[in-house]
Amino acid sequence: MEPFTTHTGVGVPLRRSNVDTDQIIPAVYLKRVARTGFEDALFAAWRGDETFVLNNEAFRDGSVLVAGPDFGTGSSREHAVWALKDYGFRVVISSRFADIFRGNAGKQGLLAAECEQSDVELLWKLLENEPGTQVTVDLQERTVQAKDLTVPFSVDDYTRWRLLEGLDDIGLTMRHAETIDTYEKSRPGFKPATLPARAG
Amino acid sequence: MGKTLAEKVWEGHIVRRGEGHEPDLLYIDLHLVHEVTSPQAFEGLRLAGRGVRRPDLTIATEDHNVPTTGTDLPIADPVSRTQVDTLRRNCEEFGIRLHPMGDAEQGIVHVVGPQLGLTQPGTTVVCGDSHTSTHGAFGALAFGIGTSEVEHVLATQTLPLRPFKTMAINVDGALRPGVTSKDIILAVIAKIGTGGGQGYVLEYRGEAIRQLSMEARMTICNMSIEAGARAGMIAPDETTFEYLKGRPHAPEGADWDAAVEYWKTLRTDEDAEFDAEVTLNADELTPFVTWGTNPGQGLPLGENIPDPEQIADESERYATEKALDYMGLQGGTPLREVAIDTVFLGSCTNGRLEDLRAAAQVLDGRKVAPEVRMLVVPGSMKVRLQAESEGLHEVFTAAGAEWRSAGCSMCLGMNPDQLSPGERSASTSNRNFEGRQGKGGRTHLVSPLVAAATAVRGTLSSPEDLD
Repeated sequence: MEPFTTHTGVGVPLRRSNVDTDQIIPAVYLKRVARTGFEDALFAAWRGDETFVLNNEAFRDGSVLVAGPDFGTGSSREHAVWALKDYGFRVVISSRFADIFRGNAGKQGLLAAECEQSDVELLWKLLENEPGTQVTVDLQERTVQAKDLTVPFSVDDYTRWRLLEGLDDIGLTMRHAETIDTYEKSRPGFKPATLPARAG
Repeated sequence: MGKTLAEKVWEGHIVRRGEGHEPDLLYIDLHLVHEVTSPQAFEGLRLAGRGVRRPDLTIATEDHNVPTTGTDLPIADPVSRTQVDTLRRNCEEFGIRLHPMGDAEQGIVHVVGPQLGLTQPGTTVVCGDSHTSTHGAFGALAFGIGTSEVEHVLATQTLPLRPFKTMAINVDGALRPGVTSKDIILAVIAKIGTGGGQGYVLEYRGEAIRQLSMEARMTICNMSIEAGARAGMIAPDETTFEYLKGRPHAPEGADWDAAVEYWKTLRTDEDAEFDAEVTLNADELTPFVTWGTNPGQGLPLGENIPDPEQIADESERYATEKALDYMGLQGGTPLREVAIDTVFLGSCTNGRLEDLRAAAQVLDGRKVAPEVRMLVVPGSMKVRLQAESEGLHEVFTAAGAEWRSAGCSMCLGMNPDQLSPGERSASTSNRNFEGRQGKGGRTHLVSPLVAAATAVRGTLSSPEDLD
């Protein structure tokens, strides 16, 4: 995974709460078996509406999404993160993220930065008043800066460390293979197994 | 201080306690796999030259894409077919047990696991699907994961995880006739909101929960995710043991006795403390339906649709206006007057035998309204067979409903079972998001009893509205 330290790009104000993953990427796009190429699927239903923020020329190349509370609720589809990344987003800002979405984002190097809702409101106003404004997100300092406005964000320490270092989770876990072996030997015999299959 | 049920299961699965800011490494007892969230995980394994650590703790089924008619034919949609074929190839290559379309054990992954007896108390269960919370009904710690985590579990049978907070949902009293566990969970979500459970494992407790069957408990735990929670749990008891005994993968003989002895310890200690508590009175509940575009936008069926003009809070008013606009509804309208085009009975929320029985009882001797189509989609082929052995399919078809094969179907419309733009459904599934059941489709979440009564009257109804 590519390390993430700071990122600067156009901020996109998405004035919506409860942006569920069905809105981020509708189920019909989940039939693909590849891991890339989901940019066309991002917010597919909303992009048909010409007033939708990403249809505004000034926001089209946005890379920092500023959304309302409860972003990424619903389905566990990691495709939501892939679609945001494939479109070009590197950061999503919200006052509250759904747990699974936040986890998926962390695995894929998309920064889910949690800001106070009052700060989100300030960012929205700024980005709406001056479309195309650049936003800088500094993971080292945990700040979001746009024009004269600088606000803090939170992200858990472990995710921050992994993003800064660009570390792969599976590789990290593999370092503890012997500990996993030891644990497995202690599992009780009555625990279920799928094999050999038993008839119903 | 004592421990909660969730904490006990967590503690029992720590492979390695995290140091500093590291999360704990947790062992996973059962990994459920389906065709949608796994192809990129298997591809990742191949690219890294990794194998599946424990195929014997992994099981796959085809559910999201499968058509519910003509299941003996190849899948017509080439993209869906490719995804299903990809799962078959991956399972073959990595030695994973698969129940494909046409197999007697095929069905929705969250119906199949419990029915095989694989879901057991005190286990950790994961799947690349948010409704994995279903399995918490057995006192398992069960939660949905993303595709990167699917790959992680395939490779290591573990996951690095941070402990969750715990929330008690106390449901006291007893449900009145005609009120179901679906109504309990819709009321819980309306009460705490779609973000109310964020960061928590919910434990459902109290007299009303103890009285529920395993199937009804699964309905409740299934929708924990709709309140934003990672998981929902119910302490195992005699009802749980009774359900499991004799199932294909339940322990036998001395193993059974050892397992039950352990399972009996899986309850929250008297002196344990939850991080949060919510209490509902089951006696006060009535059938509950949603009117908006998230599962928290629900009300008792007897009420009127919220009027945005009566809402003081600006952001809530805006969200309500947006939802009503999408739903094509007028604030102030009685919910009972909302006319429905399609009724969907099925899904991992309400596609089990008991759900079909409840709906069939309402439909017996009655007809689905002429302008309404009703789809009945059993959660698994086993459920379908059992229903047929009881003659339920005859009740449904005599009433004018369509009797289908098993799968996720119209819950998310990845197969041909979809709503058209503007079409309105009463659905026993779990999500009423915009476009969830088909682009432009409008969804009202309901219980099986409300679904059946609605099919007869053509407007949102409960059985007590029928003659």
